[in-house]
Amino acid sequence: MRAFILSRLIQLVVTMFMVSLVVFFMVRLRGDPILVMAPPNFDAEQIAKLRAAWGFDKPLGEQYITFLSKAVRGDFGKSFQANRPAMELVIERLGYTYLLASAAAAIGITIAIPLGIVSALKRNSLIDLLSTALASLGTAMPSFWLGLMLIIIFSVHLRMLPAFGALEPRALIMPAVTLGVGMAARLSRLTRSAMLEVLSQDYVRTARSKGLGQKAVVLRHALRNALIPIVTVFGLQLGWLLGGSVVVESVFSWPGLGRQMIDSINVRDIAMVQAGLFFFALSFILINYAIDVIYILIDPRIRFD
Amino acid sequence: MTADIASLPPRRNALLRAIATMLQSPVGATGTCIVTVVVLLALFGPQVSPHDPIKGNLRARFKEPGYSDASGIYRLGSDQLGRDIFSRIIAGSRVSVLVGVVSVLISGTIGVLYGLVSGFVGGRLDSLMMRIVDGLLAVPFIILVVAISGVVGAGLGTLILILGLTGWVTYARVIRGEVLKVREQEYVIAAYALGQRRLVVMLRHILPNVISSAIVLAAVQVGVTVLAESSLSFLGLGVKPPTVTWGLMLSDGRQYINSAWWMTTFPGIAITVTVLGVVFLGDWLRDFLDPNVRGRG
Repeated sequence: MRAFILSRLIQLVVTMFMVSLVVFFMVRLRGDPILVMAPPNFDAEQIAKLRAAWGFDKPLGEQYITFLSKAVRGDFGKSFQANRPAMELVIERLGYTYLLASAAAAIGITIAIPLGIVSALKRNSLIDLLSTALASLGTAMPSFWLGLMLIIIFSVHLRMLPAFGALEPRALIMPAVTLGVGMAARLSRLTRSAMLEVLSQDYVRTARSKGLGQKAVVLRHALRNALIPIVTVFGLQLGWLLGGSVVVESVFSWPGLGRQMIDSINVRDIAMVQAGLFFFALSFILINYAIDVIYILIDPRIRFD
Repeated sequence: MTADIASLPPRRNALLRAIATMLQSPVGATGTCIVTVVVLLALFGPQVSPHDPIKGNLRARFKEPGYSDASGIYRLGSDQLGRDIFSRIIAGSRVSVLVGVVSVLISGTIGVLYGLVSGFVGGRLDSLMMRIVDGLLAVPFIILVVAISGVVGAGLGTLILILGLTGWVTYARVIRGEVLKVREQEYVIAAYALGQRRLVVMLRHILPNVISSAIVLAAVQVGVTVLAESSLSFLGLGVKPPTVTWGLMLSDGRQYINSAWWMTTFPGIAITVTVLGVVFLGDWLRDFLDPNVRGRG
């Protein structure tokens, strides 16, 4: 068990190293990042100065080592838009993104798990058909459009909820629902198929023949076993939520890291873009690491040698 | 050997079988209809478009759906420059189809080859290639694309390239997994025993047996790509005006969300229905191509 956690930890470090390469080369896709950063009115001398200040005149290998050794210490340079360390700003905004993502995940699970179970138990019933239709719709709909539709209904017409910002707790409702619906759609389908598979297993039949009630069979015997694939996909979906937050935060002007990224990209604030990408990736990797550890807790069959 | 070949259905039956399964599956038929309509609109849009999608009519600004004047009826209303929403939706289908098809062709080709090599060669190269995939997959797709288009710049051609060059990772993962399964099959071992070269085994014996997974995945990816394009254009990081795209229409609509609901409602329906059609078509393709479902084993 300890060996497993350790080996996954090493893998995590390797993946983060790969991410650092992705981030490093991405801002250099056009060759010299100064071309991306410099305001159009800068003359050659100012550009040269800026280039030297950022160390872009050094050999690529040296630049990468400097970047990595600073990144490891949490130093991504200064955001020139905010004129403060990029890292500080990222941490500040990340809290809002995590809040939004957790609320969305909670909504997603609350809808998906019961809906998936009922669909599996009453296969081909009206509820099953309806939830299939809703799930297809939820996957096909662009999340930002759903957000806009909610604004039209609840802000413009009913005047019930604020259309943007994060000034009051109510402001969380619409962005979280917007993100959560997509997750619910994907997760409910998976819960249904995982439950269907488990319900036909011998141990479920045994549980039934033992005279256990439907509730005990479904919740204690079936659902616990169906949870393994559900948890896996849930982890991947959290990554999708982080991605979706970029667009949904922009729709609702939610002050999270996603919206900050769009702002930073628009003004070509390279330090912020690098730091933001790094932390999105780190969050995603840590979530999946946590999921691997959760496996051990929910599946006693998994033993690690 | 001869008996085996004789028991296989002749190739021309494939089309008949496709049509037959299509008729049995309402979802597949719906998907095909939607996709056909969207593709036809993309091809022949200008011929059927009731108004000019780019030139506005300043007297017909912000008109509600159903408004009509001397120039004709505005079925789905008009926007801030008096342009017909319906005509613009037709014009926007062109970008969606183009981006969806071309990006998926690019990413599919790269991803299939990458996964094929990684899974076939195995060993250290495989581990290295998969670590690179892990690194790319760790950054959520849309964030990666947003950041790259910020650095490289926006525009239709660039956007297609960006989506094509970032989307291959999913295929690489899936195809590698399939190759690992197929690699150990008896017919592959037999091919080696017959003295086939490794490259021939990889391209002639393994590739054809993993390609159906790639096709099913490609259908899903067309939907993902259409959604990504609309998100990027909506955020101002994708296609630029005057090119008409559904994402840009939504971005316009957002500014007038308090007064002109139709500007945001209809382009979104167009995206949703299109993606839904692609997803349905993909579901049907999976059933059609999956040998297990077909009982051909």
